[in-house]
Amino acid sequence: MSLAYARNDWYVIADRNSLEQGPRRTRLLGDEIHVSGSYAHPVIKDASGRMLPTQIKFDHVWTTVGDRPRPLFDIPEGNEPGRRLVPCGMVRVKCSPLRAVENFLDIAHFPFVHTDVLGAEPYTEVEPYKVEIREQNDEVWATKVKFFQPLAAKSAAGGITTDYEYRVPAPTTAVLYKTCPPKPEAQDVITIFVQPRSETECDVWPWMALYDDDTPYADLVQFQQMIFLQDRSILENQRPIKLPLDPRMEIPTRSDLTSVAYRRWLKKRGAFYGALAETL
Amino acid sequence: MSAAFTLYDYVLSGNCYKIRLFASLLAMPYQSVAIDFYPGYEHRSERMLSLNPAGTLPVMVTSAGGQVLTETNAMLAWMALHDGGAQTPWFPAVDPALGPQVQQGLAFGAGLTDSIGLARLHAMLDWPVDGEAAKRAGLKHLRALELHLTDRQIDGGLWWAGAHPTIADLACFPYVALSPDAGLEHDGFPAIRRWLYAVRSLPGFATMPGIHPLHELR
Ligand SMILES: N[C@@H](CCC(=O)N[C@@H](CS)C(=O)NCC(=O)O)C(=O)O
Ligand SMILES: [Fe+2]
Repeated sequence: MSLAYARNDWYVIADRNSLEQGPRRTRLLGDEIHVSGSYAHPVIKDASGRMLPTQIKFDHVWTTVGDRPRPLFDIPEGNEPGRRLVPCGMVRVKCSPLRAVENFLDIAHFPFVHTDVLGAEPYTEVEPYKVEIREQNDEVWATKVKFFQPLAAKSAAGGITTDYEYRVPAPTTAVLYKTCPPKPEAQDVITIFVQPRSETECDVWPWMALYDDDTPYADLVQFQQMIFLQDRSILENQRPIKLPLDPRMEIPTRSDLTSVAYRRWLKKRGAFYGALAETL
Repeated sequence: MSAAFTLYDYVLSGNCYKIRLFASLLAMPYQSVAIDFYPGYEHRSERMLSLNPAGTLPVMVTSAGGQVLTETNAMLAWMALHDGGAQTPWFPAVDPALGPQVQQGLAFGAGLTDSIGLARLHAMLDWPVDGEAAKRAGLKHLRALELHLTDRQIDGGLWWAGAHPTIADLACFPYVALSPDAGLEHDGFPAIRRWLYAVRSLPGFATMPGIHPLHELR
């Protein structure tokens, strides 16, 4: 575990809805955190009463417990006119925060876990795609990913081959870009912001920036919740609970290229919080 | 075909799933209206409270007659009777042996909302309740159900009561199947596992998040 590294990242700690429910206690990197105030003026304190810095970005309240925090990344698509921004609340999962991110990057499980929605048998083949670590901003990117999807989004009218791109801008955030069914030249953006409560438990805050003016908010959120809760029961049953970074621990297949790159990238930067790194 | 009812629905709700599942088993068409239970707490909005002052989901409004039903047991009964009349095998209400047994199962199923259901909301969505107490109550319920189903299986039965699945099975199925979401695993409950498998094998079975399709068991 490398708490020192993890302390200097920013994490989602609240959204507007959760603040409207009143003060709340939560956890971040193993420690208790007190959340109160309003969305305009959130008050975030650690267990000793120290005020923690906050910033509002991507419809969520972010905080950090580090002394020298790295700057929070940007998701420029969030500012594009015409997109609908959809915060989806949070879901608690008893798994490593890194496993939650890794699962989000994996397409091979679609036909089996999101049957008849994000995938279907017999269309289980993952075509070769491209994975790289972009040096200029030190992010993991997977591009040219293609997959057949019976119901790619709430806005989809039927099955389509969806183009995907994945981006990991920070160890506990994953962003995906996918073909927008009613606007095939554009891409929907779906993100998970993972709040690490401990190395083995996390709160996951999904957020979407979509081209969809028609679908009611409740339907958009519930589509996302349906998908994510299908993953949750799988995630809670993965063993070992922490993410192994040693490639000998879990044999990768070709479709796992993104996961291999993500694990290497974590290892390189020393982001071991939530990782099984006993052989490192 | 025209919708038999409108369902005010939430995708992660085990109680809403009772109705979606039964509709799928009966191939009964209905119209679903998504309510933002979480994160929006829309079930407590004025519009929803005027429909159901108890502030719970699901709510069913029947197309013929416009009855408003807010108890899932009543909805299951309505659907069984709407589908098959008094002869429906799903709800042998006036059978002197089976009728009371089915009522027993319906009441047991309703009790699961406050045990396993709350433990699950706490574990999943950080619902502000005593999660540990709800989980303990859930474990008691699983043990009681295991006993009941073991007795049934010794007598050669598979369902809560009688030779055909009834709305009592459907009232119990969702929260029992979803209990691992709350950390209540099925490992120590062989009779429950057999019964879950039987329900999942029914023609027309529908899943919900947390309940995987049967191909993963094979
Ligand atoms: N008595 C009702 C209870 C339904 C119920 O409690 N539903 C839950 C959702 S699964 C609910 O609406 N809870 C409201 C809340 O916790 O705010 C029935 O069996 O239909
Ligand atoms: Fe998934």
